[in-house]
Amino acid sequence: MDAPAPYIHLGFILISLPNFILICVMVLLFVLALVAPFPSHRPKEPHDE
Amino acid sequence: MSSGGDPGVIDQTTTSPHPAADDEPGWTASVRRRVEKTLPISELLPTKQPAYVSSWVYVFGVVTIAALFWVVLSGVVLAFFGAEWWHVSSIGHFFNSIHFWSVQMFFIFMVLHLWGQFWGAGWRDGRAKTWMVGVVIFAVSIGTAFTGYVVQLNFDSQWIAVNAKDAINSTGFGGLFNALNFGQMYGLHVMLFPIGVTLLVVLHIIQVRAKGVVRPIDDPLQMAP
Repeated sequence: MDAPAPYIHLGFILISLPNFILICVMVLLFVLALVAPFPSHRPKEPHDE
Repeated sequence: MSSGGDPGVIDQTTTSPHPAADDEPGWTASVRRRVEKTLPISELLPTKQPAYVSSWVYVFGVVTIAALFWVVLSGVVLAFFGAEWWHVSSIGHFFNSIHFWSVQMFFIFMVLHLWGQFWGAGWRDGRAKTWMVGVVIFAVSIGTAFTGYVVQLNFDSQWIAVNAKDAINSTGFGGLFNALNFGQMYGLHVMLFPIGVTLLVVLHIIQVRAKGVVRPIDDPLQMAP
């Protein structure tokens, strides 16, 4: 924990591995939120407006 | 129960307030009319939402609010017991961690909420002020988090404060905002900034409820600009 994090260095991009992983997880979470089905509490009733 | 009769006589059969008549004078009636018009209770606490709201993307905002709740609650506990407690005792470590990780959740889900609103163009149909208040919340949150990092009272906070001092001095604001001034940083972190974030979040929620959730971009019922 006290050691500095490894860094990814590609040209002008310099980012720590933990930050890179976090951003990847956030992008994945966002995509999942777009495509994952949302649970519905109650079925549509015939007379429901 | 009667609500009619002489308008000059107070109806004592009910305690519920009457709607303010259009011609009723005074700023109280004026404010009440404005509130009733812009945010009726059915909009403030709706029981139904449009079909397009049934998406996980709309959960990000409320998760951010939930994280803020735990940030504030754990922050109150930390402020009450102090730095030695949160650095030394086991229960202090626990609340310190709750505070730290709930802040991580707050920022992660705030950014996910930002992405959702950005690509969904959430500022459309009269919602520009809602978007702008969201931007201000983001900015004030960064200030709150920064002042939090420099008041941890450990080597990490000293390192951050010394480096930040140079960065802020280069902008010319070092005389106003001194990262090495612990009293200033602590006061801002536990009082001014959290109150600002909380009040702005309340305003943001009121704005969202007053206008409702924006329609999807490709909705055929898109409102005219």
